[in-house]
Amino acid sequence: MSGTLFLVQILNGLQLGVLLFLIAAGLTLVFGVMDFINLAHGVQYMLGAYLAVAFYSIVGNFLAALVLALLAALAFGLLLEFLVFRHLYERDHLDQVIATFGIILFLNHAVRVIWGAAPLTLPVPEFFTGSIVIGDGLNYPVWRLVIIGSGLAVAAGLYLLVSFTRLGMLVRAGATNARMVSALGVDIKRLFMIVFGFGTMLAGFAGIMIAPIISVEPGMGTNILILAFVVIVIGGIGSIRGAFLAALLIGLVDTLGRSFSVDILRLVMAPSPARTVGPAIASMLIYVLMAVVLYVRPTGLFPARGR
Amino acid sequence: MIGAALVAANSARIFGARRDVVLPALIFLALALLPLFAALTAERYLLDSATRIMVFAVAAVALDLLVGYCGLISFGHAAFIGLGAYAVGILSAEGIGDALIALPAAIVVSMLFAWITGIVCLRTKGVYFIMITLAFVQMVYFVATSLAQYGGDNGLTIAARNTIGGFAVLKSDRAFYYFTLICLLGTYLLCRALIASRFGRVLRGGRENPTRMALIGFTVRRFQLIAYVIAGGLGGVSGFLLANSTEFVSPAYMSWQQSGELIVMVILGGVGTLDGAIIGSAVYLFAEEWLARAFEDWQVIFGPLLVLVVLFARGGLIGLSTQLWRRVDHA
Repeated sequence: MSGTLFLVQILNGLQLGVLLFLIAAGLTLVFGVMDFINLAHGVQYMLGAYLAVAFYSIVGNFLAALVLALLAALAFGLLLEFLVFRHLYERDHLDQVIATFGIILFLNHAVRVIWGAAPLTLPVPEFFTGSIVIGDGLNYPVWRLVIIGSGLAVAAGLYLLVSFTRLGMLVRAGATNARMVSALGVDIKRLFMIVFGFGTMLAGFAGIMIAPIISVEPGMGTNILILAFVVIVIGGIGSIRGAFLAALLIGLVDTLGRSFSVDILRLVMAPSPARTVGPAIASMLIYVLMAVVLYVRPTGLFPARGR
Repeated sequence: MIGAALVAANSARIFGARRDVVLPALIFLALALLPLFAALTAERYLLDSATRIMVFAVAAVALDLLVGYCGLISFGHAAFIGLGAYAVGILSAEGIGDALIALPAAIVVSMLFAWITGIVCLRTKGVYFIMITLAFVQMVYFVATSLAQYGGDNGLTIAARNTIGGFAVLKSDRAFYYFTLICLLGTYLLCRALIASRFGRVLRGGRENPTRMALIGFTVRRFQLIAYVIAGGLGGVSGFLLANSTEFVSPAYMSWQQSGELIVMVILGGVGTLDGAIIGSAVYLFAEEWLARAFEDWQVIFGPLLVLVVLFARGGLIGLSTQLWRRVDHA
């Protein structure tokens, strides 16, 4: 467990955290403002990645593909809102879970039908290829730093938007008590659509940014969705600040747990059981964390809903 | 077959019979006669799929007890199936292959797990409850993948079906079918008796208005915990049956997708009806089988169907059939 290795894993943890934040931000707002459980949020992330690959193969330029994919993801999200989600806001959570589960099934397999089951790849934009040296001759890929940087920038932008603009004020008010906001004469349907479209775009953005360093495949949105739910539940539903802190916490705990659990366990047990138990404990860590947080604070760390 | 049962159950009301007796009677009669039909048509797969449907129906009926009558949306019900299945698998790997030990073990382990996690889960409400039950199912899932001596990720093949008191009674598929049917019937009757009892009224009261129930003097959470433990034990029975029917145990039995599918089964049939849970499992698993045979990516068709059911068929298939019947009745 050298210092450099530790630093690398911290950076990886941050990168995962930032990615989770991009997904969780939309999820927590949609949830907080509209009281809508959108399981299909994860497939928006997958769709972002697929669209980026598709547009890249047409235009051959990452930036152009990024913009086009973002717009397409937004358009698709709004289409889904119009066709399905809009009719579910008034329903109970169970109906929402099932309908969005249906959409997951559909999209996960639709991309397989369209693009095939084989994983796709997207090259890292040329300007950001290569890596920089961080101590002891260990290299760290520049693109990962770009992901961290852009994620933090989005977080800062979101903070400013939510804290200091009229729209942000409405969103915060909506998360606290949507009925009251509507009663005060705000067009709540339009607010819902803006929040929803924005959340969709953020998830798509996360998918596009991560596409160059992972393989783009069907079902890639499912596991990350569960992690994003863990994040918003720990952070407190409807709270951007909670989502940000919880996302970084989960990213770090998960990454460091996976990297060092075997080494730590070896201090107290024989090497071979440590090798089998370690990964299992590492995978469980965040769920244990969530269970503990919910046991102590049943509505998360920073609950937004003021009732 | 199912459609016919629904229509018959609805039309039966005209003759004054009670629907809540007719529909389950028809379902179980159809299930009891199915092996005869399968023997006549020599369609062996029919027996297999019907067994599978009943295995999951046991878990789905138990889940409906939570979702439909307590308002507790548990996303972790697959954990109990997995625990029950692993109880069978591990005992069998250790040389104990008798149902007289394995079945109680499956039930006790599941109930114990339900009791411990239930205490934690029931502190939370609504979405937080969904998520914390999910957390626990994920924990068990990862524990199962780490059990290297019992197959780890790959799962565990069981040498032979459980014997009962040393006799290989369940070896024939038809005998196992009827054993599963008895388990399903037992589960169904137990849940109905619970719901009809005073205990069940407290649960429903807690779902409708927890504050008022507290005011009358009931600690609703304690009642919910008991229901959660019972539903967990029944999930263990389902796991016992699943392990024996497939003669294989895998961590995939308790993936969160499996939990999701169980919820889909309950909703598809109609929440809070118990009959709906059985119909929902049948429709879901049959749809899966038929569509999958015709089309590799059958979910492309099934997904939108689910959305349509939610949007247009409130109350699931049972609700839909009632609506349709009413329309026909008034026409």
